[in-house]
Amino acid sequence: MTEADGGGSPAAAVTAPGAPAPEPVADERLANIGLPARLMRRPEVGSLLGALVICAFFWITTDVFGTLDGIANWTDVASTLGIMAVAVALLMIGGEFDLSAGVMTGTTGLLMGLLTTEWGLSMWPAILLTFLFAAGVGFVNGYMVVKTKLPSFIVTLATFFVLQGVNLGVTKAITGTVRVAGLGDVPGYDSASGLFSSTFWAPHNFRISVVWWIAIAALATWVLARTRAGNWIFAVGGDANASRNVGVPVARVKIALFMTTAIAAALVGIMIALRLSSVQAGQGVGEEFTYIIAAVVGGCLLTGGYGSAIGASLGALIVGMAFIGIQFSGWNTDWRFLFLGVILLLAVLVNNLVRHRAEGARR
Amino acid sequence: MSAAKPPLLEVRGVSKYFGNVIALKDISLGVNAGEVTCVLGDNGAGKSSFIKILSGVHGHDEGEFLVEGEEVRFKSPRDARELGIATVFQDLATVPLMSVWRNFFLGSEPTVGKGPLRRIDVKRAQRTMREEMQKMGIDVRDADQPVGTLSGGERQAVAIARAVFFGAKVLILDEPTSALGVKQSGVVLRYVVQARERGLGVIFITHNPHHAYPVGDRFVVLNRGRLLGDWRRGEIGRDELVKMMSGGAELDQLTHELESQLEAPG
Repeated sequence: MTEADGGGSPAAAVTAPGAPAPEPVADERLANIGLPARLMRRPEVGSLLGALVICAFFWITTDVFGTLDGIANWTDVASTLGIMAVAVALLMIGGEFDLSAGVMTGTTGLLMGLLTTEWGLSMWPAILLTFLFAAGVGFVNGYMVVKTKLPSFIVTLATFFVLQGVNLGVTKAITGTVRVAGLGDVPGYDSASGLFSSTFWAPHNFRISVVWWIAIAALATWVLARTRAGNWIFAVGGDANASRNVGVPVARVKIALFMTTAIAAALVGIMIALRLSSVQAGQGVGEEFTYIIAAVVGGCLLTGGYGSAIGASLGALIVGMAFIGIQFSGWNTDWRFLFLGVILLLAVLVNNLVRHRAEGARR
Repeated sequence: MSAAKPPLLEVRGVSKYFGNVIALKDISLGVNAGEVTCVLGDNGAGKSSFIKILSGVHGHDEGEFLVEGEEVRFKSPRDARELGIATVFQDLATVPLMSVWRNFFLGSEPTVGKGPLRRIDVKRAQRTMREEMQKMGIDVRDADQPVGTLSGGERQAVAIARAVFFGAKVLILDEPTSALGVKQSGVVLRYVVQARERGLGVIFITHNPHHAYPVGDRFVVLNRGRLLGDWRRGEIGRDELVKMMSGGAELDQLTHELESQLEAPG
């Protein structure tokens, strides 16, 4: 396996000027790539198996898990998580992290709440401003990472703490409490919540966020697999220098990814705020790790350049099923953290294997 | 060579300074179509500064830079590429986890459809990649195979085939054989010859005269940022080239010093 020989001629053969083009030689290593091997190359295989196992387990061991009510329950948890996991997966494929993604769902919810309840905007302009604000924060994150060349881990950790402080400080200063409430009375609430936080299929009441999640995952999958932007996302995460050398606008791609993540966080923040018609100042803190876990369980490499949106969605589904399944089983819900830790470790081990196969032993 | 046509690429008296460090001084070189020009030099001789000027990464501080007789000044590698000067950087040419066809078209993907539905023409990309690799004598059966699973020589071939396909007239190869074994180096050298046969001007940068000698039409040796010599094929022997590369007279002196030290007692 160490020598791949294009034609078998030694180096000396090239001395003859005008040597004829060598006969194309079939590489014996490529001959038998069957369906199983092709499947193993997909990043989402592990998470698909995991999802099936967990689903089957809770379906059999609990009564409610497999009913339509139960499914509505765990798809709800998986949906907001899944929207974020897909965005975070794109960012991770692009080779970066965003630790501020969790707290951003709180910041954006609070911003929308304050704009409407304190400053008298109606719902839709507030939503628009919230998305613009999120895009701005994402841009700042991306710009700092690209310009300073510091690890995004550190840059977004700073953003995380800044936003956490702002969330608490501003909320307390303006409302005198640690929450913004009363969104239900704002003009435009009904139409906005219809789009972002309503339910369908009564009496099981599936959340509309599930539809958003599936649509976003499908869009992200298409972008990754079939567009130039998707090609560039894989490239900047796989090898930023090589990408630059062939003309990929590395900085632009990375900044766009940070903006996408922040906008996704705004979407989820708005969904949660509208659903509860209030926002807690501590909303979203700590969630960023759950997003990263979902993405990694879905096959994203921590080193970038590899992963999928479907995988991240399956990762989110696993987390959602486990959280609700643990509840349905009547176990203490604190156990879910142990579960998260274990599946993360398993996923990283599996991913390592996959990467070695993909990169080849030669590198 | 025929004097009627100006060289594809020519530098005249080019110098480059980094602060008070003279990286390159007074370098002149012409590259013609269908020729392999080997740029040789030891570490620190100025090879990489030279490539970076040729490929548009750095601007030159003195001298002239002409492409097909027209004076140019590159601001970025993109400018150089647009004039048909493609550089294949060693180990920085492909993304290992991406498939062969995605690597081949990276940065210049063929698309179909308009507006938000604009998408990569995967079928065309895969077919074109196969055809182009076939021309280099590599049969890629599985277009979705990650480039990382190819051998080092084949990876260089992907990068070279890509540069040729996208209309390179001058191909700059930065140490394409330095990380490879003997057999793999031979494979890459064959691609160099092929690129020449297809009428490209090839600049082959290496510190290995044994790799340069069999394929070169012209040999340029750099030493300490200066042009030490410029020979056509047949004007210089392999041993002489080796000697020139390692500094010629310096090597003799070093040999003397080492010998006298070894002979000295204690």
